[in-house]
This record gives sequence, C-alpha cells and structure tokens, in this order.
Amino acid sequence: MSDSGARLRVDPTRCDGAGYCAEIIPEVVSLDDWGYPILSEHPLGDPALLRLAERAVAQCPRLALALTSGTDRSR
Amino acid sequence: MAVTLRVLPMPADEPLEEPDSCPRLLAGPSIDRGAERFADHERRLGRRPIGGEWLLDVMQRSGLRGRGGAWFPTHRKWRGVARAAQQRGPATVVVNASEGEPLSAKDRMLVEHRPHLLLDGAMIAAETVGADAVVIYLSRPARSATRSLQHALAERRPRGSRDLPVRLVTTKHRYVAGESSSVVRRIGGGPSKPSFAPPHPSERGVLGRPTLVQNAETIVHAALIARYGDGWFRERGTDSAPGTGLVTISGDVQQPGVYEVDLGSRLVDALSAAGGVVSLPRGVLIGGYAGTWLDPRNSSDVLLSPDETSHACGVIGVLGRDGCALVETAHIVAYMAGESAGQCGPCLLGLPDIAQAMSRLAAGCADRGDLARIHRWCDQIDGRGACHHPDGAVRNVRSALEVFADDVERHLRGSPCLDRGRTAFARPPRTQRGWR
Repeated sequence: MSDSGARLRVDPTRCDGAGYCAEIIPEVVSLDDWGYPILSEHPLGDPALLRLAERAVAQCPRLALALTSGTDRSR
Repeated sequence: MAVTLRVLPMPADEPLEEPDSCPRLLAGPSIDRGAERFADHERRLGRRPIGGEWLLDVMQRSGLRGRGGAWFPTHRKWRGVARAAQQRGPATVVVNASEGEPLSAKDRMLVEHRPHLLLDGAMIAAETVGADAVVIYLSRPARSATRSLQHALAERRPRGSRDLPVRLVTTKHRYVAGESSSVVRRIGGGPSKPSFAPPHPSERGVLGRPTLVQNAETIVHAALIARYGDGWFRERGTDSAPGTGLVTISGDVQQPGVYEVDLGSRLVDALSAAGGVVSLPRGVLIGGYAGTWLDPRNSSDVLLSPDETSHACGVIGVLGRDGCALVETAHIVAYMAGESAGQCGPCLLGLPDIAQAMSRLAAGCADRGDLARIHRWCDQIDGRGACHHPDGAVRNVRSALEVFADDVERHLRGSPCLDRGRTAFARPPRTQRGWR
C-alpha cells in the first residue's frame, strides 16, 4: 500500500445502490447481491480509468462516491 | 468448582494453587447491598487524587487498554485529547456505559453499584485531559443504574467543590449506540447512529470539541490506577494484558453473573468463578453477539486476553448440552439484522438474508446452495459498513459454521439437533425501535 495512486471510495451511508458506477467503470466497481458497489483495492493507475472514475463520481445520484489518494485507508 | 474441573480437562502438570483473586473493581460492600454510598466510598478508598499531566505517564506504564472492546491503549487516547484541548480549548469527557451487547452487563453494574468510583474516574480523566464538561452516556432501559448515578451526584454535591458538572445523556438501547461516532452524534442531539469516516472524537467530538469517549470499566480502572499506581495495576494479569477485567458469564453455568478475573486467565478458571458449567457445554461464545464460538472440547486452556481471543469485550456465553449452536447463531444474526442502523445497504439487506438462510439451516431445511450463499454473503458484507456492526455479525456466523462443521453437515442432511426451539442464552429485552 505504499503507492499513492487515487482510489474510488464510497460512503455506504449515502449509497442506495443505484449502480451507475458499476456500469461506468466495471473494471473497478462490481455489485454485491443487493446491488451495492464493491470497490477494487487497486489504485487507478491508468489515466483512462481515472477519467472513468471521475465520471462515476460525477454521475452518482447520491454523491456517495469520492476519489481519494492512496494514503487514505478508508474504503 | 469441582464440576468444572471434571468436565473441562486441565493440564496435569498445573500446580493447583489459588491465584490472588481479590477483586479490585468489585471490592467493597457486597454487590447485593446496592450502590456504595459516598461516605463508605471515601472511608474505603480515601479522597480521590486530582488528575493532571502527571497521570499520563502512569497510565502509559500501567498498560491499561480500552475495555469496551477496542483494546486501544488508554494513555494514547488521553494524550491525543489533552493535545487537542491545549490547542483548541476545553475538552469533553464522555463515560460510555451504554453497553449495547445483550450478553454484557458489566458496565451498567459498575454504574449501579460503584457510582462514586466511576465519578472519581471521570473527574480524574477530565482534569488530566483538560476537560470542563463530563457526560455519562447510558442506555435508557438501565434505569437502576441511572437512578443510582443521580443519587450519587446528589450525595457529592454538598462536598463536591472539586467536581465538574455532570450531564446524563440516555439513548435507546441499540447495539450500535455505543460506537464512538454514535455517542458523539447522540450527545450533540442527534440519533445514536454511527457516522461514516467521522473526524476522530479527540479532534472534533461532541459539539466540535475535543472529546474523550471512554468505556465505563476503563474509567474505573483509571480511578484506581490514579490512586495506587501502575506497579500495583500490573501485579495482576499478564505483561501484554495487565490488570483485572470484568466478564459477564451467562448461559449454562451454575451462577451466571458479572465476575472479575485476571486478564490472561484461562477460560476454565473464569467459568469456575461462575460456579462451573452445568454440563459439558455444546459451545462457548466469547465476545458476545459479535464474537466467536469455541469448541469446549479443546478450549479450556484458551486464555482470556485479546491477544488470543481477538477482542477485549468481557463476555462469555455457555451453550449447554441440549442447545444447538446453529439455532443460537440464527437467533443472534437475526437480532443483529434488526439492530442495523439501516444506513448501509450491505448491512440493512445482507444481514436479514443471512439470518433467513441461517434459520433454514438451523431447522434442518437448508440445502448446500444456502450454505454457499451464506459464505458468499459473509464475504460480501464484511468491512462494508460505516461501522463494524455487520463485521461482528459475520464473524459470529463464520465461526459457527467452522467450529460446528459437523453439526452443519447433519443439519444439511435434514436432521437438526433435538430441542431446537430451546435457546440457552438470556434473550435481550424487547425494545421499541427508535434512535434517541
């Protein structure tokens, strides 16, 4: 975990499982059996992925997604 | 005690001498005599010392760690609050006695029976970290504890020039109400629900002030360490888990109740404090509803220290011979599902699904698909809430499936345990839903 790449992070108290993020960036976001996002632990090294992640953040209807730097231990 | 020695084998080379087992937290008048009065308290222990910076090093050397379950070094928490208070103004000390774990009764027992020791500890902590306000946080159904505390405060008032004002704040009795961000939210006037990634209470807690949220038992230990020092504290327990601790022992033992044991005691010794087990247990649940199951056939030597059992919460539930651990686990996960704050999807929706599948398994009408789903759901839920409530439920389910794998096989083949309606643990009181 020494790299400092950006990661997607979800606030589970805001998320209500709309699922847009998993459509926008399935490489990083999968859905659990109830439709809530499970985020990959891998940093978003690839600039194309990072752009998709930024779109997912912007498209989240509950404003539950955020991009964080790699030093942040939270989900 | 003889019963215990017979049914739970002990190593033969163990010398059978009685360890020093004088209670510390529970010293003083007998517990059936109710709350210790202020005059008796001061006669027994003398006036309380005044807290201050001097105590931080003593706390560090004592090795005291949080007894609410997190096992965090207490001195580090206190130093953090003291530093923040120096920079940003007076802090608040919160004594957390809400105790949402249904199988635990130690904190409310301390509040009820040793209110002055608790208040001493709260004042000493406040003086040490630079607080000018003290809050005692209690679960609303703990009425006798609340009354006892109110009476104690009235007793101290005429003499209590050295005491800070104390505010009592109550909450609905909910499993997650004692989580520190729930505590901070509730005292600020909100619901007792956890926050996601909250600022650390030592930085921004109650009303934005630096806040020390400390479990009631931990505060009482601090009150004694301030009097007698770190060397005294370390005379009991082990190097990594010094001191004594309270355990609530329930289920199939001769005398269920709250007992004080040395940390690092063997499970079998703690059980003999409760008069021993009634029959060879079917299972032992350590750490409460969010805890883990042990197979009693190979766990009498398990040591009651967080190093070994992975949590400090002093709760032991003994499931008797006639019980079925899968039935218990199904009940427990259903209860935990009902106690979800309802804020995070995986907990709100996942725990009820696990509970349903577990209850089919308990009744002997689950198939292998159900079992696979339970495992998958546990993996999906673990670590995905704002707080650790779902993780605790998952921990319990996983340990039951592992420890009682033989029972799981039998249940899957359609032959559940007999007497499956029986439950061995005291069930939690029914509470209305609500969050304030």
